[in-house]
This record gives sequence, C-alpha cells and structure tokens, in this order.
Amino acid sequence: MTKLLTIDNLHVAFPTDDGLVRAVDGVSLTLNEGETVAIVGESGSGKTVTGLSVMGLHKKASAQLSGSVLLKDGDRTVDIVTASEEEIRRLRGRAVAMIFQDPMSSLHPYYRIGNQLTESYLLHNPGKKKEALKRAIEMLDLVGIAEPAERADEYPHQFSGGMRQRVMIAMALMNSPRVLIADEPTTALDVTVQAQILILLAKLQKEFNMGILLITHDLGVVAQVADKVSVMYAGRIVEEGSADDVFYKPRAPYTLALLKSVPRISTHGSDRLKAIPGQPPSLINLPIGCAFAPRCEFTSHAAGDICASDRPELLGTKSTHLSRCHVAESKRDSLFIKEIREMR
Amino acid sequence: MLNFLSRRIFFAIVTLLVVSAVVFAIFSLIPFDPAALTCGQRCTDQIVESNRIRLGFDKPLYMQYWLFLSGIFLGRSYGTGSAAFNCPAPSFGYSFNENACVTDMLREALPVTVSLALGALILWLTVGVSLGIIAARFKNKWPDRASSIFVLLGTSLPTFVTGLALLIWVTIKWKLVPLSLIGYTSLLDNPFKFFQFFILPWITLAILFAALYTRFTRAAILETLGEDYIRTARAKGVKERTVLFKHTMRAVFAPIITLAGLDFAGLIGGAIITETIFNLPGLGRLTLRSTFEFDLPVVLATTILAAAVVIVMNLIVDMLYAVLDPRVRI
Repeated sequence: MTKLLTIDNLHVAFPTDDGLVRAVDGVSLTLNEGETVAIVGESGSGKTVTGLSVMGLHKKASAQLSGSVLLKDGDRTVDIVTASEEEIRRLRGRAVAMIFQDPMSSLHPYYRIGNQLTESYLLHNPGKKKEALKRAIEMLDLVGIAEPAERADEYPHQFSGGMRQRVMIAMALMNSPRVLIADEPTTALDVTVQAQILILLAKLQKEFNMGILLITHDLGVVAQVADKVSVMYAGRIVEEGSADDVFYKPRAPYTLALLKSVPRISTHGSDRLKAIPGQPPSLINLPIGCAFAPRCEFTSHAAGDICASDRPELLGTKSTHLSRCHVAESKRDSLFIKEIREMR
Repeated sequence: MLNFLSRRIFFAIVTLLVVSAVVFAIFSLIPFDPAALTCGQRCTDQIVESNRIRLGFDKPLYMQYWLFLSGIFLGRSYGTGSAAFNCPAPSFGYSFNENACVTDMLREALPVTVSLALGALILWLTVGVSLGIIAARFKNKWPDRASSIFVLLGTSLPTFVTGLALLIWVTIKWKLVPLSLIGYTSLLDNPFKFFQFFILPWITLAILFAALYTRFTRAAILETLGEDYIRTARAKGVKERTVLFKHTMRAVFAPIITLAGLDFAGLIGGAIITETIFNLPGLGRLTLRSTFEFDLPVVLATTILAAAVVIVMNLIVDMLYAVLDPRVRI
C-alpha cells in the first residue's frame, strides 16, 4: 500500500485580537491508497482546519502553520506547509481534491454545471476543451446523473441537494486525484440521500483507488465507511485506531462520551439524549492539563491532580490503537466495558 | 417573458396615470390662480379671464386632466383663430411663461441631461468599480486605506462644493477648461467642445457616485469572497487573479448593474445642483426655473418624465438581471 498523505505534528494557529487560536495542535495521521480515514469530532475541534491544511487553503497572512503535510504527487512528494502558493495551486484539484459540506452553496450559481466541471479539467490540462467536455459528461454519468450531456448545460439551482453533491463529487474527480478530502459530505443532505452519496463515494474510491479523508461529526457515517478513525478534541487527536477498535473498544473518555451521546431508538422508551456536560474549551486558553479534564467523569481514577496539571500523550499498548488519557489503560478497559455494554 | 413584459407595461401605465393625476391634483391645490400667473405686469381682469379660457383653466379639474392626457396623444391647441397656439402630439402642455410648447422645451433639455448622466455614469462606473476592486484586493493595506479616504471625501462633500471648487480652480484660476458660455454643443457636431462642456460636470457627479460605488463594490467583493463557491474555485486550483476577476466579479456584477440603472434614472430626473452650477440647460435646471416661476405645465411634464424614466429603468434593470442571473427567470 502506498502512503498518499502523511500529516506529521501539524499545528495551525490563527492570530486574532483576543489571542492566538490554536485550531490544530499537533495532529499526525497517514492515509494510504484505497483507504478511508475519518476525522471525528464536534464543531471547533479542528477537523475542517486539518482538511483545509491539506488543500493548502489557509492564507499565509492569517494562519500560522508548522509541522508537515506530505502529499504524494506521482513520483514526488510535496510538503504543503512549506511549498509555494503556486506549487500548491497546481496540486489542488489534481493531486488532491475536496468536497464540501453544503452542496447548495458550493457551486457557483452563475455558471453552468458543465462549465464548472470543465474549468476544473482545463486548469490542469490547458487548451484541451474537447477532452474536458467529454470528461465532464463522463464524470456526471459516473456519479449517477441521468442525461449528463443535457444536464451539463443547466445551472446549479436546477439540481436538488443530493444531485448537487454528486456534481461536486464529479467535479472533484475530474482530474482523478489520489486523495479526496470529504468535509461533512452528507451533513446537509436527507438521510436517504446520505446513504446514496456514501455508497457512491465507496464505489468511486474503488474505481480510482483513492485515499479518502472523511471529516465528519456523524458517527453513523464513520461506522459505515471508515477504515481508520481519528477522534479530535480541542485541536488534538485524543484517540486513533481502526474503526472497529474505536467503536467497540473506545479508550479515550471523550470517545466514550461521544458514543454515549449518539441517539438510539430504544425499546424501553423514554431514554433522554445523553449530552456531554460542559463546553469545549476555548482554543485561545487551553487548559494546562488534559483539554477534556473539566468535562471528564474519570479524572478521579487518575493519579492525584495529573489530569489538571499534565497533558496526556497519545499512547497505547497496541501501536494501531492509541489514546490520550492519564488513567491506566487496563483500568480504563474495565471501567469502560460496563458502559459499552449498557449502550448495546 | 412576454407575459412578464405585458404585465409590467400595464403596471407602468397605471403608475404613470396615478403619478400624473397626483401631480395634477397637487397643482390644483396651490393657492394661486393659475390664470393670474400667466399674466404679465400690465394685467387686467380681462386678460386674466381670456387666458383662463384660452388655457382651459375655466373647466373643471377632471376635464383639465382629460385635456392634458388627450393632448399627449392628439396634440392640443390653445385659443382659437389666428391667436391659437398649436402644440402637436405628443403635447405635454403649453408654457405661458416661455410661450412655447412644453414638449419642445423638454426636447431641448433632455439631450443635455442625458449626456450629463451618461458621461458621469461611465466615469463613475470605471473609477468606482476599479477602486472597489483595488480596495478589496488590498484589504487593510495602503491602497484600501487611500480609497477609503476618497470614499469619505466623495460621499461627504456635497456636489455644490466639489462643483464650485472645480469651477473656481480648474476653469477660473488654472484656465484648463474654458468657461462654458457658448452653451451646449452636441457630441455629433463638435466632440471636442462637447467634452470641454461636460468634463467638469461629469467629474462633479462622478466623484460622489464613484465614492459610493467604490464602497459598494469593495463590500460586495469581500462578501462574495467569503462564499462557499469561491472556496470551491480555490480548491479546484483556480488562480487567485481568476478567482477575483472571473468568479467573484461575475457575482458582483449583477447588483452593480441594478444600482447603476436606478442611479442613472435618478439623474435623468435632474441633477439640479450640478446643472445649475455649470449653467447646463438640462432638465434639472428647467424644473428648478419652472418651479420658481410657477410654470406649472413644465413642472408637471418634468415630474411625469422623471417618473417614467424611473419606471422604464426599473423594467430594464429587471430584464438585465434575468440575463445576468440564471436563477432569475421572467
């Protein structure tokens, strides 16, 4: 398996009038071809900022980046963090493409669909107008749009939400990128359409042998499609592992809390929705210790006040399943197992 | 489209009828005897009464209104026999002060005002939109700050200050442009004189509007740059310059056109101050003079003309919008 994307110790901070907002604070992950890695977390946890970093879409003037984002482009590897603006621009839409949360507003309302698709192709294959149009119609057909040649002449407002997301996917795949970043691709869609889009993405992933970085807060989506999962909280990865590990043997208290808060259709009626108490910390003034400590119910199981004073490292007995917590792993396993059983 | 057009034309006609009726009614409330106003210094009751009959002021108000309306289509003559004064269709009345048909007076004034408004429009669109683009492109850097000074000055200085300043410095002190005592020359007759005649009035009007358009364009661009579809364009690998000039400007264009159409219509109604300062024999000055002289038929006609221009421009802008924005279908 070829490594397509390696993010190593990525930091992204935005200077504001109130102070430095540390949106991403030391994130590392790898994405191989044919693989789907999900980044899960609540709003403001740094998922999207991580995704945009891979696209190099942060303005140098407003964002401070460090660490490295190594993207494979054919035979060479480019570090997005240090590459020039122009170099990154040549990669965008060709080596790495992105689809966004809201398909209703992500397409230009004034240009025809075909025009927007061919633009994507022509940017990286200048002058090949005929091929571009052929490719556009081919891609529209591939994402399941009926009568693609006719619909290419229509405007975005003539498409439904699900169809627009299909168009977005078609546009992202115009240049057969190896890496696709899908930022909440189904959040704005109806549940039935969500499933269709996920199935479509899985089908296209096989066809193009793409690595997909799936950014979402929807654990249901993650369970359906992800191979590996990274759970983010306050700009850091608090747990990473295979989808099975994270779902069935969560080791970070935050992951457990997140899983518990998923609404369930229960047989015994009146279960209340379990929310995580408290608020996510301000990214300007992160706690000195564990960022999740103020909301965590397991701090008493850790030694002394360590949760409030020290940042936990991303560790694990299994190298493929890591988590951040000061409570000993064996103790956590026995504490969590009861709760996991209760959820089922 | 045809349905839209016929509906809009119908409502335009209704609006014009209402406007004219209201203006007509307002003038009938003025506490002057219109017939007495027609009479010079050596006035006798006899002259007043004969004028009253000659101009139709003896008839009831609805009759006067009807005569006014039918005059537009059929022409109208005032008085009888050899003393009759004929105004062929479309007749908007007879100015007793000038002893002329109102239509002829409009016909003389309109080209001046249209030239003024059109030239100023071209100038302020060029300057305003360019400065707006520059300001947005270099947001919070010195070009942006410099343009915001221009915006502040342009919007806060009234045209009678900028106009008079231009007149005093450029024409009188520096003698760069000759003082236009010769009067209006059409573009076709003598383009050089035409530009000489209009350059300062254009600049005067354009300073104000360019400032407004700079601010508007800058705000619209910055708002559009935050749109999701602009992020999509960047994610495709579109060059930053193309993002600005193609993707962003395409979306900013439509509201600017709308605004320009309406501002242009407003100016046709009369740029009274500018026309007065530069002694331009346009509609604004005509309206002003007629108002002071209680030359009611002229005021009535210019008011209706201004309303008609606003209505027509609105219609044009709506149709343009449908062309520019694919989401709008008429």
